[in-house]
Amino acid sequence: MASASLSDDIRFGLRRQARLAGPLQLDSGAALGPVDIAYETYGQMNADRSNVILICHALTGDQYVASEHPVTGKPGWWWRLVGEGKPVDPARHFIVCANVIGSCMGSSGPASIDPATGEPHAMRFPVITIADMVRAQAMLLDHLGVERLHAVIGGSMGGMQALSWPTLYPDRVESCIVIASTARHSAQNIAFHEVGRQAIMADPNWRGGDYYADGAIPSAGLAVARMAAHITYLSEAGLTEKFGRRLQGRDAKTFGFDADFQVESYLRHQGLSFVERFDANSYLYITRAMDYYDIAEDHGGSLAKAFTASRARFCLVSFDTDWLYPTAESRLIVHALNAGGAQASFVELSSPFGHDAFLLECPELNRVVDGFLKGGRA
Amino acid sequence: MSLRPDLALIARTVTPGARVLDVGCGDGALMAALRDAKQVDARGLEIDAQNVAAAVARGLSVVQGDADTDLAYYPEASFDYAILSQTLQTTRRPDRVVEELLRIGRQAFVSFPNFAHWRGRLSLFWGGRMPVTRLLPDTWYDTLNIHHVTVDDFRALVRERGWTIDGQWFLKGDRETTHANANLFAEHAVFLLRR
Repeated sequence: MASASLSDDIRFGLRRQARLAGPLQLDSGAALGPVDIAYETYGQMNADRSNVILICHALTGDQYVASEHPVTGKPGWWWRLVGEGKPVDPARHFIVCANVIGSCMGSSGPASIDPATGEPHAMRFPVITIADMVRAQAMLLDHLGVERLHAVIGGSMGGMQALSWPTLYPDRVESCIVIASTARHSAQNIAFHEVGRQAIMADPNWRGGDYYADGAIPSAGLAVARMAAHITYLSEAGLTEKFGRRLQGRDAKTFGFDADFQVESYLRHQGLSFVERFDANSYLYITRAMDYYDIAEDHGGSLAKAFTASRARFCLVSFDTDWLYPTAESRLIVHALNAGGAQASFVELSSPFGHDAFLLECPELNRVVDGFLKGGRA
Repeated sequence: MSLRPDLALIARTVTPGARVLDVGCGDGALMAALRDAKQVDARGLEIDAQNVAAAVARGLSVVQGDADTDLAYYPEASFDYAILSQTLQTTRRPDRVVEELLRIGRQAFVSFPNFAHWRGRLSLFWGGRMPVTRLLPDTWYDTLNIHHVTVDDFRALVRERGWTIDGQWFLKGDRETTHANANLFAEHAVFLLRR
């Protein structure tokens, strides 16, 4: 049986890495090669290779979608959606999740070694786009022998990749699930990212990105970037409910600049723990890729035109308290899909958790994804 | 599977393999019936998130949206039928919604409860109260029906706009009833229109 021989194949399983010759032609005009891609696969490809699901991760995400993170020891970041008995189930699906290029979890990025020099790329790494990330994923799928995707699924920046897939490879995508995402980065989105980038580049340790040799990393700048971004992932109501104006481990204000409030302490913790698992230069590159993202712009200003070659089914989900990629952005996509006559579903789910809702407990989300995926088999 | 009588009637009439937009599709009962029995390519628009989730969980293509505002984004003549069942009376501008249906679909089904049914008339005439009946089960203050309409009102609108009636059906209880005096005796009306 094909699936039996595939299970012995070193290309499949947890903690895999592929070095693909490339070169990968990038939107900037530069070429990248060889391209390293760190990834995981779960489950077995069936005989006709029709059960493949690609999961795309968010800005600071990684390939450990359903397995323990090697640095933090936390369970897979989308264990609520991907795993045994879940809507995306290794018992039924062959699941692929790859670290995006530009990131720092094993795929080619500013922190990885440039084979030409033996040194980290740092800021000499070419600027990449969301489409470039998708092209790298397509190279990986070629390497894995996957021609068509039963589904591509992503939330936030993962949703940008998922939505880009049928525009770049219309013949390779049967269905597409885009959660808490958008078809373009807004001025406000870009503005928040610029705050983060400036915080990193203002850190004296950043040194133009060449900080890898001595271990003195721009941790203060990266932590501030993370703190600012983290606020955008939560809702005002969620913050109020979680912290309110409560003080941190004290009975009264100190009349100083220590973290008096619980919310300050929480954000500082978020910033500090982020620094341990993420590379500052990668943060610059990936936020840049997101800011350049605008699917309509790549198709003569018409979002509807982007999908005319695709016959994929689409499912879009937004959350009512998400102000980073609000429901209106998903509606724009739905209207464009309707205009082109695509099979599209869209629902705004209710959650108190803001943008982060897509990663948190949401039975309705599981129900929608499960039904949508099974609907394709009817 | 047992469909609501007006939906069963629409399901019987739709031609197999047609492209259908069900506006106010609820949990997708009609769409699922059309898909399974007649291989219809059905799409839905529904305002309630729970209903949309239920419909998508059935494998249907349903978009959360508002008939009053979101129909404008569908291209002209992109469907064989646009269906508006039990939703007309809940829209802010029923006339504009029907115009949109007839722009998007080559034909449009419109079904609605007949406010001039004799039971409602009696309730108003003798009781002086807004009718609360099997078809109109809500009180005046919590009903979603903001534009009550009668069979004759609807016919007048059709005449005024110059639309064509390709079919009309009337229901009393769960059964079809005669066209004679429908404005008095029909609890429910289903019209098939085109521009």
